[in-house]
Amino acid sequence: MPQPEDEIFRKRQRERAKVTAILLGLFVVLMFAITIAKMTVNQ
Amino acid sequence: MTSVPLQPEQSLPTDWRDLFALTKPRVMSLVVFTGLCGLLAAPGTVHPVLGFAAVLCIALGAGAAGALNQWYEADLDAKMKRTASRPLPAGRMTRQTALHFGVGLAVFSVILMDLAANHLAAAILAASILFYVLVYTVWLKRRTAQNIVIGGAAGAFPPLIGWAAATGDISTLSVLLFAIIFLWTPPHFWALSLFVRTDYANAGVPMLPVVAGIESTRRHVLLYTLPMIAAAIAPWVLGLTGLVYGAASIALNAIFLVLAFGVFANKATESREMGPEKRLFAFSILYLFGLFAALVVDRWVFA
Repeated sequence: MPQPEDEIFRKRQRERAKVTAILLGLFVVLMFAITIAKMTVNQ
Repeated sequence: MTSVPLQPEQSLPTDWRDLFALTKPRVMSLVVFTGLCGLLAAPGTVHPVLGFAAVLCIALGAGAAGALNQWYEADLDAKMKRTASRPLPAGRMTRQTALHFGVGLAVFSVILMDLAANHLAAAILAASILFYVLVYTVWLKRRTAQNIVIGGAAGAFPPLIGWAAATGDISTLSVLLFAIIFLWTPPHFWALSLFVRTDYANAGVPMLPVVAGIESTRRHVLLYTLPMIAAAIAPWVLGLTGLVYGAASIALNAIFLVLAFGVFANKATESREMGPEKRLFAFSILYLFGLFAALVVDRWVFA
């Protein structure tokens, strides 16, 4: 039977994993956009 | 398999909302705004993506500085009502987590600024984070009543960074923008410290009202307002901006001066009777937003 503390632990882990995944995704998009922008500016 | 009960204080992962709170989001909004204005007021055009990335880096750098400030000041924050509910003094996060988060965010923001903008903007961003953490937080804040005067430089960097990100150099106007925030910081914080001085006194922070008294602080608020006004009007007087900024600057500075006189003339010693101080503090935030917004409008109108 899972303890209430375990539930809180898993919930926080899941939330942090989601936030980290979203931030990493945004970072990839940003780096891609910066690269394209730099190429445009240098032309 | 049986589950082992966990000890929340030791092993619970920090809530991401607490990590976000560690970056002082409300302070960050003013930093982002002045940084954005520095970028928009600079001559020439910036690619929107690179401009966005530069402002994001300023925000991340400010957040990192805020996190490292809270890491170092956890003991002080626990003693003050205003800050006792922050993640560290409230026991919702370990100091090591705050340190790792702050250092990681600082390094990330500087590297990203270097990639998105240029070396100069990245160097100033790094300098501003180090200045806020080492010079203001670690060195000055607990030692001298002049902590705000010198430490104010840390908050004055964003428009300089924005300008450097857009142009790759520093000019007279960008230095004046730095000077405006640098000189604005003392009256802004001293107005606040007057009506929360008990908090500072209890925490042992040598803010001016605690060390020099209420009357002396009120005199200082008025005196420091004068060079701030000179710096705020200088861009127009020197012909670096147009009439829009000139008119807005004169109006905003006139109101600031009237409110500073109100503080100077106030004789109250109880926080609840410090209406003029609270009004000046609230207006000082609006003042900075208004001044920088007027600068951007002016530059775009006269560009």
